[in-house]
Amino acid sequence: MKVGIPSEIFPNELRVAATPKTVKRLQKQGFEVYIQHNAGVKANFSDKEFEEAGAKIVTTAAEIYGQSDIVLKVKEPTIPEVDMMREGLVLLSYLWPAQNQALLQKLADKKVNAIAMDAIPRISRAQKMDVLSSMANIAGYRAVIEGSYHFGRFLNGQITAAGKVEPAKVLVIGAGVAGLAALGAANSLGAIVRAFDTRKEVAEQIQSMGGQFLTVEIEEDGATSSGYSKEMSKEFIEAEMKLFLEQAKEVDIVVTTAQIPGRPAPKLWLDYHVAAMKPGSVIVDLAASSGGNCVLTKDGEVYTTDNGVTIVGKLNQLPAQASQLYGNNLCHLLDDMGKADKWKINMEDAVVSRAMVTHNGKINWPPQPLPVSTAKPKVAAAAVEDPKVVSARKNKKETTSMIIKLGVIGALLLLLGRFAPSEFMQHFTVFVLAVFIGWQVIWNVSHSLHTPLMAVTNAISGIIIVGGLLQTTDNLSDSMTVLAFVAILVASINIVGGFVVTHRMLKMFKK
Amino acid sequence: MIVREIQIAAYLFASILFILSLGGLSSQESAKRSVFYGIIGMAIAILATVLGQGVQGHVYIIAAIAVASVIGIVLARKVEMTSMPQLVAILHSFVGLAAVLVGFGSYIDPRTHLLTGAAHTIHLVEVFIGVFIGAITFTGSIIAWGKLEGKVRSKPLLYPGRHLVNIILVVTCLVLGVLFAKEHGTDGVMYLYIMTAIACFIGIMLVMAIGGADMPVVVSMLNSYSGWAASAAGFMLGNDLLIVTGALVGSSGAILSIIMCEAMNRSFFSVILGGFGDAPSGGAATAMEGEVTALNHEEVADLLKEAKSVVIVPGYGMAVAKAQYPIFDMVQNLRKSGKNVRFAIHPVAGRLPGHMNVLLAEANVPYDIVLEMDEINEDLPSTDVVMVIGANDVVNPGAQDDPSSPIYGMPVIEAWKAEKVIVMKRSMSVGYAGVENPLFYKPNTEMLYGDAKDSVEKIMGFLKG
Repeated sequence: MKVGIPSEIFPNELRVAATPKTVKRLQKQGFEVYIQHNAGVKANFSDKEFEEAGAKIVTTAAEIYGQSDIVLKVKEPTIPEVDMMREGLVLLSYLWPAQNQALLQKLADKKVNAIAMDAIPRISRAQKMDVLSSMANIAGYRAVIEGSYHFGRFLNGQITAAGKVEPAKVLVIGAGVAGLAALGAANSLGAIVRAFDTRKEVAEQIQSMGGQFLTVEIEEDGATSSGYSKEMSKEFIEAEMKLFLEQAKEVDIVVTTAQIPGRPAPKLWLDYHVAAMKPGSVIVDLAASSGGNCVLTKDGEVYTTDNGVTIVGKLNQLPAQASQLYGNNLCHLLDDMGKADKWKINMEDAVVSRAMVTHNGKINWPPQPLPVSTAKPKVAAAAVEDPKVVSARKNKKETTSMIIKLGVIGALLLLLGRFAPSEFMQHFTVFVLAVFIGWQVIWNVSHSLHTPLMAVTNAISGIIIVGGLLQTTDNLSDSMTVLAFVAILVASINIVGGFVVTHRMLKMFKK
Repeated sequence: MIVREIQIAAYLFASILFILSLGGLSSQESAKRSVFYGIIGMAIAILATVLGQGVQGHVYIIAAIAVASVIGIVLARKVEMTSMPQLVAILHSFVGLAAVLVGFGSYIDPRTHLLTGAAHTIHLVEVFIGVFIGAITFTGSIIAWGKLEGKVRSKPLLYPGRHLVNIILVVTCLVLGVLFAKEHGTDGVMYLYIMTAIACFIGIMLVMAIGGADMPVVVSMLNSYSGWAASAAGFMLGNDLLIVTGALVGSSGAILSIIMCEAMNRSFFSVILGGFGDAPSGGAATAMEGEVTALNHEEVADLLKEAKSVVIVPGYGMAVAKAQYPIFDMVQNLRKSGKNVRFAIHPVAGRLPGHMNVLLAEANVPYDIVLEMDEINEDLPSTDVVMVIGANDVVNPGAQDDPSSPIYGMPVIEAWKAEKVIVMKRSMSVGYAGVENPLFYKPNTEMLYGDAKDSVEKIMGFLKG
C-alpha cells in the first residue's frame, strides 16, 4: 500500500504530516512512502533526510493524490487539492468537519474516505492518536516561552547582589491540555502560577502541575460528559469576571486557552481587564484563531495596546516538534487500523467510526456522542415485561387479597360489636383511626430524623401521666394514690427529658 | 374547674398538636417546630386533666411533676449524643413502669368496682393487657439500656428450647387472664401479680436474646410497646387522649421497627424472637481468602490527598470513640482543597435508628452531604476512597455474595466497589453480627488499626503538614 505526503500549501502552515522518523515507522508497518518534493522544508526536514529514511520523492501533488492509497496531511485540503484526489483514497488530516460542510460534501462526492484527525474521540484508548492534545501541549509550552519573551523579565524570583527580583505571576485560564502544559512550563521557569477552570474536577490536576487553583464562590461545575466545559450561568460568569479583574491587577502574563469545539472562543478577558493590567504585562491568546478569548486579540498578530500590554495572537508552531508528534499520532492511527497487511476500515470501531467523516460517498457527521471523562454511566434498566401488564396483574391480585382481608376484619369487628359495650366501641373507633393517622404520618418522617422521632414519641408516650393524674387522691395513705404518685413522677421525667433531648438534637441539624 | 366538654375539646386540640409534632419531622426545616407542638400539646393535656372534675391531690401532682422535671432536664442536658440510645431506652422503661402502676391503680380504684357485666370484664381485660405490655416494656427497656451501656453483655443469650419456654409463659399468662377476668372486686390481684412477674421475665428474656447489632430494632420495638401500653391505659380509664396518643406512638415505633428490619433483611418476628433465630450458622465455616494489609496514618493521608472523591461510612465505632468532631475537621480540610467528600449512612448503623445522623449533626456536619445507603451506592464505583470508620456489618460484601452468611440478603453499602477502601478498626475482631467480613481481605482494602478518634487526628496532622 502506498502512503503519500503532499506539501502543505497554506502559507502559514509550517508542519508536515511525516518526518524521517515516522517515515521509517510507516515502512515498518508495511507501507511504501511517497513524499512530495520539499514537503518538509518549512519544518527543517530536507528531501535528503526523507530519502535516507526510505521515502521516494515525488515532484507534484497530483501524483501523490492520484496514486496513493492513503494520504497524510496536516491542514484541511483546498478544493483544487480535493479535485486531484482519486476515488477510494483514504485521507488523514485536520478537517474541522463542523465548520467545513462544503469541503465534506466535496470529499464525499469524490468518494474520498476522509478521517478528521481533529474528530478523534477523546477516550483513553484514542489518546495516542489525539492530535488536539499533542498540538495543544506544544501550544501551551510555547505560549509561556513567547509570553516570557515579550514580558522581558525573569520569571523566577532571585535575590542577587544587584537587588531582589520578584517572581512573575502567570495566570492560565482553562486547564485543558494546553493550559496544563502552560502551567508546567511556567512553573518550571520559576513563576508563581495560578489557573482558573470552570470544571471543579481539574483542581487536582492544576495542583499536580504546581499551580494554584482559582475558583469562584459559586457551586457550579462546568464539567460535561464530553470532557469539554459547558457554558456557565450568568451569576457564575459575573463572579468569574470579578475574579479576573482582581487577577488582572496582579498578574504579569495571562495565557488563555478556552475553546469550545465548533464555536467561537468564549470572551473571557474583556477590555477593562486589559486596561487594569500593568504596562509591560503580556496576554497570550491560544484561542486567537477561533476569535480569541481576549476581546482585543488580533489573529496572527502581536501588538502592544495603548496602556503597554502586549497581546500575542500568533505563536510559532515549533514545526519540527509538531510534525514529529503529529506524524506519530498518524502512525498510531494506522497501527490501529491494521497496518498495511491487515488494513481495514472498520466502521464498528469506536474511534474510526467517529473520525471517519466521509465514507463511501456518504457524509458521516456529526458522529454519535461518546461520553468520556469520569462521568458515571447511567444504566437503564431493561424492561423484561410490559410494565402495564405486570402492574395490572399485580393490581388484580392485590384487590383480591384486599377484599379477603377486609372481609375478615369486618367480620371480627362485627363480632366485637356484638359483645362489647357501646362505650368500648367508641374508644375502639378512636383507637383504630389514630393508628391509621400515625401510620400515615410516620412514613413521611425523614430517615435522618429517626432518632429525634424516637425521642419525641418517647416524650409524647409520657401522656400516660394522665392516667396517674386521674388516680391521685388527697389521701396519701391510699395505695392507689401512692402508685399514681410514682407513675406521675416517672412519666414526667420521661416527658421533660424526652422533649429537652429532642430539642437539643434538632437544634444541631443544619445545612 | 372545667366542664367535661371543654376537657374533651382540649384533649382533641392536644391530639392535633401531637400529630403535627410527628408530621413536622418529615423534613429538617420543619423539625424544629415539632418539639414546640409536642410541648404545647402535652401542657394542654396535663392542664386539662388536672383542672378537670374529680381530680384530687393537686399538691402531690405538682410536687411529683416539679421533682421529675428537674431530674428530666438534668438527665437530658448531661447526656452525650453518643449515649443517646441508652437514654431513650431508659426513658422507655419509665413509660412501661408508669403503665404498670396505672394499671394496678385502676384495678384497685374503687370507682371501677361499680362496673358490671361485659363492661366489668372488658375493664379487667384492659387492665390485664395494659399491665402485661407495660411490664414487658419496663424490664425489656432496662435490659436494652444495660446492653447499650455495656453493663449487660451484648451477645445474644440463647438457650435451647427458649421458644417453647416463651410459648408456655405466654399461654400461662392467657390462662391467668381468663381466671383474672372472672374474679370480682380485687380478688384477682394474685393473678395480676403472677402475670406481672411473668411479663417482667418475658421482657428480660426477649431482649437478652437479641444481639447488639439488632439493637435499633429492639429500641424502636420498645418504643412501640410503650405507646401500646399508654393506649391500653387509655382504654381502662376511658380516656380518648391516652388512646390516640398511645396509638400514634405505637404505630410510629412499629414503622421504625419495620424500616430497621427491612434495612437488615430480617423478618420482624425472627428479630424479636431472638437474634438470628433461623439463620444458618455457617459464618465461621467460610474460609477467608486473600491477605489483610494494613497502612499507617501517613499513607492514609497520602491516599486522601490524591483522591478526588471520598466517601466516609461511619458506624458504631465512631460513636464509641466520639470521633465525629475530628472527622468533620478532616472533612472540612479535604473539602477546602476541592475534594468531594460525603458521608454514607446505613439505616442500621449505630444503636438507634438515625443514630449516625444525630452524631454528625452534633459535629455540625451539613446534612446535605450526609447521604443514605441507596443514594450513595450508585456513586461508589466512581469513588476514589471509601473510609469505613468503625462500621463492619453494614459494609460486608458477604451479605450479597455468600449465601451461607447469616446476614446474607441484607442491603449493605457497597464500599468494595470504590477504587480504594480504608477500614479503620480497633482490631480484626468480628462485628456485632459475629460474622467475618470478607471486605477486609479484598485487594483494594487497607486496614488502619487503632481508636477512630486518635487515628483521624493523626491523619489530620499529616494532611496539614
